[in-house]
Amino acid sequence: MIKTIYSKGKIVAKTGNEVMAEAMRQIEPDVVAAYPITPATEIVQIFSQFVADGVVKSEYVAVESEHSAMSATIAASAAGARAMTGTSSQGLSLMWEMLYIASGLRLPIVMAEVNRALSAPVNIHGDQSDTMGARDAGWIQIYSENSQEAYDNMIQAVKIAEKAKLPALVTTDGFIISHCMEVVETYPDADVKVFVGEYKPDRYLLDIKKPYTLGAIDLQDYYFEHRYQIAKAMIDAKSIILDVARDFEKTFGREYDLYEKYMLDDAEIAIVVIGSAAGTTKVVVKELREKGIKAGLLKIRVYRPFPSQQIVEDLKHVKAVAVLDRADSCSGAFNPVYSDVAASLYSAGLTSPKIINYVYGLGGREINTEHISGVYEKLKRIASGIEKPSNQVEYINARIK
Amino acid sequence: MANLKELSKNPERITSGHRLCAGCGAGVVARQTLIAAGNIPVIVTSATGCLEVSTTVFPYTSWKTSFFHSAFENSAATCSGIEAAYRSLKAQGKIKEDIRFIAFGGDGGTYDIGLQSLSGAMERGHRMLYICYNNEAYMNTGIQRSGATPKGAHTTTAPAGKVRQGKEQHRKDLTQIMAAHDIPYVAQSYIGSWNDFITKAQKALAVDGPSFINVLTPCRLGWSYKPEDTMELARLAVETCMWPSYEVENGVYRINVKPKEKKPVTEFLKLQGRFKHLFKPENAHILEEIQKNIDEKWALLQFRTEAGCRA
Repeated sequence: MIKTIYSKGKIVAKTGNEVMAEAMRQIEPDVVAAYPITPATEIVQIFSQFVADGVVKSEYVAVESEHSAMSATIAASAAGARAMTGTSSQGLSLMWEMLYIASGLRLPIVMAEVNRALSAPVNIHGDQSDTMGARDAGWIQIYSENSQEAYDNMIQAVKIAEKAKLPALVTTDGFIISHCMEVVETYPDADVKVFVGEYKPDRYLLDIKKPYTLGAIDLQDYYFEHRYQIAKAMIDAKSIILDVARDFEKTFGREYDLYEKYMLDDAEIAIVVIGSAAGTTKVVVKELREKGIKAGLLKIRVYRPFPSQQIVEDLKHVKAVAVLDRADSCSGAFNPVYSDVAASLYSAGLTSPKIINYVYGLGGREINTEHISGVYEKLKRIASGIEKPSNQVEYINARIK
Repeated sequence: MANLKELSKNPERITSGHRLCAGCGAGVVARQTLIAAGNIPVIVTSATGCLEVSTTVFPYTSWKTSFFHSAFENSAATCSGIEAAYRSLKAQGKIKEDIRFIAFGGDGGTYDIGLQSLSGAMERGHRMLYICYNNEAYMNTGIQRSGATPKGAHTTTAPAGKVRQGKEQHRKDLTQIMAAHDIPYVAQSYIGSWNDFITKAQKALAVDGPSFINVLTPCRLGWSYKPEDTMELARLAVETCMWPSYEVENGVYRINVKPKEKKPVTEFLKLQGRFKHLFKPENAHILEEIQKNIDEKWALLQFRTEAGCRA
């Protein structure tokens, strides 16, 4: 029998989408505005049923596009409501313009995002191209390895966003987590509500006694400083995220950080990865450890803000590192996670570890333990000096020449 | 009918000192809308455009009531989000007051890029008034053609040249598109008659549901005329039936201004630089076609009104 970590917790079997909807029910935002898109549809579909059944007091705005979903969510948040939405892939792309406005206006919106490939060719399966493309939009980005993390991350994201005054998105890998039934521990409604607390904005449009203008035009004299404030807020968000994680652990017993170390402290070779592939990697690391190979894993949980200084401390002793990106920047150079990891190491003055970049899993392409084992094999050869690290992106399980 | 004596007691909620051009109609629309609202608290949203950039240059604002802008194509979706927040917070007892919601957009932000957002918000039935201040082109970016630009008008993206004579298409009839949404109140109005516009704004604000007003708002720069002629031009648009003043209330059409003598459309066109090229002898056929189109539309509107047509 599976035991709960929290004394009042309940073990349930739910998909990633179901637990995200469950978290939203417990958070009970004032407004949810959303538009259907595979594989995220279920989240708002389940939530709209909660509204229809009177289970939540939330207003559900069934808008006519994702652009309007984000516009209405932004407006509701500016008006003084706790506002949420959910989307994926093309939907997130259609929101692009508004994503930057949400952060620019410093609105603490929380989005349930399901990672899916971007068109063309159209593909509904999981990869992280969508949120990776939005990495410069000023949103806090929290990735989930499994449904439990998705649930916990949603609850934490509300507090994080409201303290940081930045919007936050919580992701799961499309289908792999969104549609996969898993054992999850949920917490009682009342306890979640107490943890999340009441939303009390400093200033909001519906406060008619203190009318104000939001969304004014900045000319050359103010724009730069206002944009700097967003960048600064993102830096400051790191300690906020850690504070919220500490509170969360104190309340519900589960430990969270900006990233997770798995057998990394004495590792000679390591993989850096985000999302569900971390689970697959853990299996391989364990197998390798049984064979006496010092393999480790660094799983990025919070990609924005990027834990740049922190990961340096935990990677500097490793001989060879492979960074696995589930998105291709088509940059002619390297991909998002690799670029951030490499820049972090280099800016710290390090010439080791040796570091290579892989792209995997685009459009839901399988990534299994054999593929991951292959990466560690390569890292072993690089670490021992048999092979030189490639300075080009390599691809896992793709028919390429 | 609005009463001027009573209206004079209503608060002014947009200040002077904004940066709209001399003779601009948009400021008149905004001011009269807020006067129409009386003492009821309102929250205003606006599409990106002249009205927005000219009234909210940070750190200043001309709005004494809460004002929100986020982007170009989403004034209606934005207003609907605020209205949804209001309904939620009011139901929870966190807000006590009655508040009304007004969205502004120019014709570019309404006829073209914002049409989907507007259509969605109207269909969803939010209690909000959407006002299109229609100056018949993208004036904020420098007079580009829009779906509201009338045939023959010179704009910078459909200019009059050696082989083309301004916009080649007729404008779309957005007021009819909105009437087809079967919302409780749709009106076409114009600046130049405070009574026509304010009466309509008051009716629209009293409706428990979505309402839409398309108000013709001459732009002295884009239409190229003397700034003091703004009101006169708008009146001529109505007197020539180029822009009939009418309303569709719960589906029933009513013409609000029936010109005693329907003037030829050239009376309206000839005062504006944007139509100057149409008065060359070789372009007489374009003027004829514009007149024919206006006559047909006017006859259709009269037919709908007289037949007691429902939208």
